Amino acid sequence: MCNMQHIAIAMLIMALTTYLIRVIPIGFVRKKMENEWVQDFLYYIPFCVLSAMTFPDVLYSTTPAGATSPHFASAAIATMVAIVLAWKDKGLVRVALVSVVAAIIIEIILPVIF
Amino acid sequence: MNEFIRGIKKGFPICLGYIPVSFTFGLIAVKMGFNPLQATLISLTNMASAGQFAGIRLIEGGAPYIELIITTFVINIRYMLMSLSLSQKVASDIPFYKRAIMAFCITDEVFALAALEKGDVKFSFFGGLMATPIIGWTLGTFLGAVASSMLSPVLQGCFGVALYCMFIAIIIPPARTGRKVAIAIIVSALFSCIFKYVPGINVISKSGGGGWAIIISAVIGAAICASIKEIKRTIKKRRLVLLKGGSHV
Repeated sequence: MCNMQHIAIAMLIMALTTYLIRVIPIGFVRKKMENEWVQDFLYYIPFCVLSAMTFPDVLYSTTPAGATSPHFASAAIATMVAIVLAWKDKGLVRVALVSVVAAIIIEIILPVIF
Repeated sequence: MNEFIRGIKKGFPICLGYIPVSFTFGLIAVKMGFNPLQATLISLTNMASAGQFAGIRLIEGGAPYIELIITTFVINIRYMLMSLSLSQKVASDIPFYKRAIMAFCITDEVFALAALEKGDVKFSFFGGLMATPIIGWTLGTFLGAVASSMLSPVLQGCFGVALYCMFIAIIIPPARTGRKVAIAIIVSALFSCIFKYVPGINVISKSGGGGWAIIISAVIGAAICASIKEIKRTIKKRRLVLLKGGSHV
């Protein structure tokens, strides 16, 4: 971890960037955007960002800090559970909680089997 | 005042939903080396799940400030669209300072509820709507950060999957009905994997916290889908022109 000053500046930058994004349109824009390509692009961007953030990094997400090898099994099962539940439209919180429970179960079961 | 209370009532379920999610953020932030106060402050000042998550990863990875700015911008760009949409739904005489307060809490969920309002969104209503989610998001982060030390590393690890599963819960349902959303998701995920695994190209995801890989993958995915739509529009217009031209004969 780097020094406190660096983190403080980084935190300020994050907060400012996030706020400016939100305040500029509602604060200043009164007209509707014309360009349809840009509108479509902005519509797809959130899905694309979340997808690129999730895959393939989700496979490494259950690995504890300092582990010698990645815990792929629990992460893969949790991901599959999440996809199935999300497909059935079960809602954010339920999808996340059930997937975590699935990961915990795998983490408990695996050492017992092997 | 009545509108404010109505906002509070509508916003409270969002507050409840935010607690487990921000709890996970608190856990992960502390696991990455932030202290509970920093984690809580990040949540209070950002009110943005995916953006915060990417942000702490970049900070931990020692990414330069410019990468932090661009990644935060791209990941949170959807708020710009929501803010723009909201700008059409507030009365034009609402002063700037009130708009500036409302802007602070344009999150996916709060925006969704505000967008469902019939007619103009009132400042007092939005104020009530955003009040409890801010508390829930901040408090949950603090609790998660404090609880982090009480959980075993394996359990901590398991909670790490929660945020990604939330993202999955956001992107999958629209993909089921919209084929282009599904294409957008698959293309972005594919490029993200390429940037991680293909030798030579994988320097992109190894530098900093992987912000560039996310940005490039997402921009490619969104650009492809927006272009497919554009092409379809053009074809439709041409057909229309042809039909009109034909009617003269």
